[in-house]
Amino acid sequence: MFENLQNKFQKAIQILKGHNAITETNIAYSMKEIGKALIDADVNYKIAKDFIKRVKEKSIGKKVIGSLNPKQVIIKIVYDELVELMEKGSTEINLSKNPSVILVCGLQGSGKTSFSSKLAFFLSKKNKKPLLVAADIHRPAAVDQLELIGKKSNIPVFSIKKSKDVLFIIDQSFIYALENKKDVIIIDTAGRLSIDNIMMEEIVKINQHSNPSEVLFVVDSMTGQDAINTAKSFSSKLNLDGIVITKLDGDSRGGVAITMSSVVGKPIKFISNGEKIEDLEVFYPDRIANRILGMGDIVSLVEKVQEQFDEKTTKKIYHKISKNRFNFNDFLEQIQHIKKIGNLKNIISMIPGINKYINVNNNIDQKYSFQKMEAIIQSMTPYERENPKVLSNIRRKKRISEGSGITLNYVNIFFKQFYEISKMIKKINTNSEQDMVKNFIYNMMNKKNNT
Amino acid sequence: MFLKKESEKNITFDNELKKTRESFFSKIKNFFLKKSKIEENIIDYIENILLSADIGVKTTLKIISNLEKRVKKEKYKDSKELFFFLKEEIKSLLKIKKEKECLEKKIKNHKKKPYVIMMVGVNGSGKTTTIGKLAFLLKKKGLDLVIGASDTFRAAAIDQIEILAREAKVSLIKQHMYSDPASVAYDTLQSAKSKKKDVVLIDTAGRLQNRIDLMKELSKISRVMKKIIPESPHEIILVLDASTGQNAFEQVRKFSSFVKISSIILTKIEGTAKGGVIIGIIDQFKIPIQYLGIGEKMKDLKKFNEKKFIDSLF
Repeated sequence: MFENLQNKFQKAIQILKGHNAITETNIAYSMKEIGKALIDADVNYKIAKDFIKRVKEKSIGKKVIGSLNPKQVIIKIVYDELVELMEKGSTEINLSKNPSVILVCGLQGSGKTSFSSKLAFFLSKKNKKPLLVAADIHRPAAVDQLELIGKKSNIPVFSIKKSKDVLFIIDQSFIYALENKKDVIIIDTAGRLSIDNIMMEEIVKINQHSNPSEVLFVVDSMTGQDAINTAKSFSSKLNLDGIVITKLDGDSRGGVAITMSSVVGKPIKFISNGEKIEDLEVFYPDRIANRILGMGDIVSLVEKVQEQFDEKTTKKIYHKISKNRFNFNDFLEQIQHIKKIGNLKNIISMIPGINKYINVNNNIDQKYSFQKMEAIIQSMTPYERENPKVLSNIRRKKRISEGSGITLNYVNIFFKQFYEISKMIKKINTNSEQDMVKNFIYNMMNKKNNT
Repeated sequence: MFLKKESEKNITFDNELKKTRESFFSKIKNFFLKKSKIEENIIDYIENILLSADIGVKTTLKIISNLEKRVKKEKYKDSKELFFFLKEEIKSLLKIKKEKECLEKKIKNHKKKPYVIMMVGVNGSGKTTTIGKLAFLLKKKGLDLVIGASDTFRAAAIDQIEILAREAKVSLIKQHMYSDPASVAYDTLQSAKSKKKDVVLIDTAGRLQNRIDLMKELSKISRVMKKIIPESPHEIILVLDASTGQNAFEQVRKFSSFVKISSIILTKIEGTAKGGVIIGIIDQFKIPIQYLGIGEKMKDLKKFNEKKFIDSLF
């Protein structure tokens, strides 16, 4: 996700290796490179400059103590500064009122509608009863878009297709929410440019009228230097409570994340990183700073994994493993779980140091290899799936190979992998399920790297 | 008489780019007129302005190093002269030597009908809106068009293009949501060929350039079209959001590696104060920019004229 920036940082800091003290000379090159990396990452150039200045001052002032080397000291300082830039208060969203109103605004094409529905889905998982309000009366078919997404993911959407009166639509949606006991109202507004006075007036009116407890500003992670101007003019007209950064699954360098909250003075509350409805994450500045510096983001990964592997399944699997009855049905379930967690690339980027071993292109192979595994398992008879041992029979293997359209050679490799994985799983002994899931993923990943 | 007409056109164009010009070059101008020639400071100042216009480190360094070289050789009297040099350096980056024929001319010179145009770009760059505008513009020039709704992925994208097609009074070929986009393109080309349409516009779903599976889908669409018209698509237009930062380079680079991007349309230029991305992209990729999206109305698509663009900058 922040790979590019991460690589550049690592390169810049690499130069410092082999020195015992931080001096103006040995830091100069690294600082210049970090500055360039930040600007290339679309961090506002002024912020990048200040950043460099601060890090430089702090670095030169500091002595290298004890077991630390200069590289570690600089990492620590850069890390602290990055966190400080992005840390602007609580990322919690205020849902104290009943119903709470969340107003979503931003430029055209920043991803407001996608975010609104992701947020609704996110909240419904947290036992809230959200209602999406289609308040984009300007763009053709915007209402249809929200309605379709709502239908697909089972989230109620309020819209009045014939009406061109936003305030009326909002009023009616409030009545609907009260009648249907919805406790969060998410208003998806039209995209607007900050220089469009008529549209800016509209959003001000919507804001006054709906009295939201949260106003969220959605910004595309690919936005350049201009992001700041837009955010400034939006925040001067509206009292923004938070920022949302979208399309972080792309290869944009995400410098916006570093700058936005520091310029607007509001926290980034969510990041959106995929096309699926569950691709929404709460923003943690320290984690992102970690990720930028190449320390990975284990906590995020574990949380995400936990969400997908619900406790029941985990217990069931654990039980089976302990009794040595892990079979292909379980394995298929695991593969499907892992696929659900999201884009493998997202997962892999969260593991520290992994970027050195896996580059982006390998991920595709992995994805296909999951597909292959599924195909093989799906070509087995129910009996075979439950009793992996019978598969030592070559005729069965040949039949599976033909049925799945995968070479016998690969089928053999896959069986070998399966036995290894089931052996490996047996080895994992731990009391907490959380650790078990974590270890499982880790071992899976390691396995993949070695073979 | 002719000159007068030209200048009128220039005025509208001037207005569109007023913001760009004011914030970008007048800053430099003011600076030069006020301050004396302290080189280190001036270079710093230019650097800051270029960087804040999204020109990017690489291009900025190139412009500055070219400027430095020139100053070394020719020497400058005052900041005014340096300002002139700077303009010229940027101008030289914007030059594309090859046949910078505009799209309309290409369509006109194309003998075998139809001329197939495919639109690609990342999510939210404005592809569908731009197709509507382009259809409206070409229709007004008397061309007979058909649009293929190959964005079968985004919710209600088909409804959106349907509304736009109706507004532009252009026919539309569509299937249902989640149908194969290549199949929609195939149908569109088949229909266009039999009905002897002049132009085909193919809308595609937005995709981030690092999603290789989706990029492969794009090459597939373009491949399938060749089954009906071997040399199609004649034009693949990348739609770029003008507020995009350095990632625009990555977009051009990655899209180009899957399909042959022949031109660019820059959207939402009316909002952003900086058009700096263009400079770097033209310099690096030599891909011409055809149009600018300058508003929300159907008519808000203006031809990109390099000379006018440069003139209105200075």
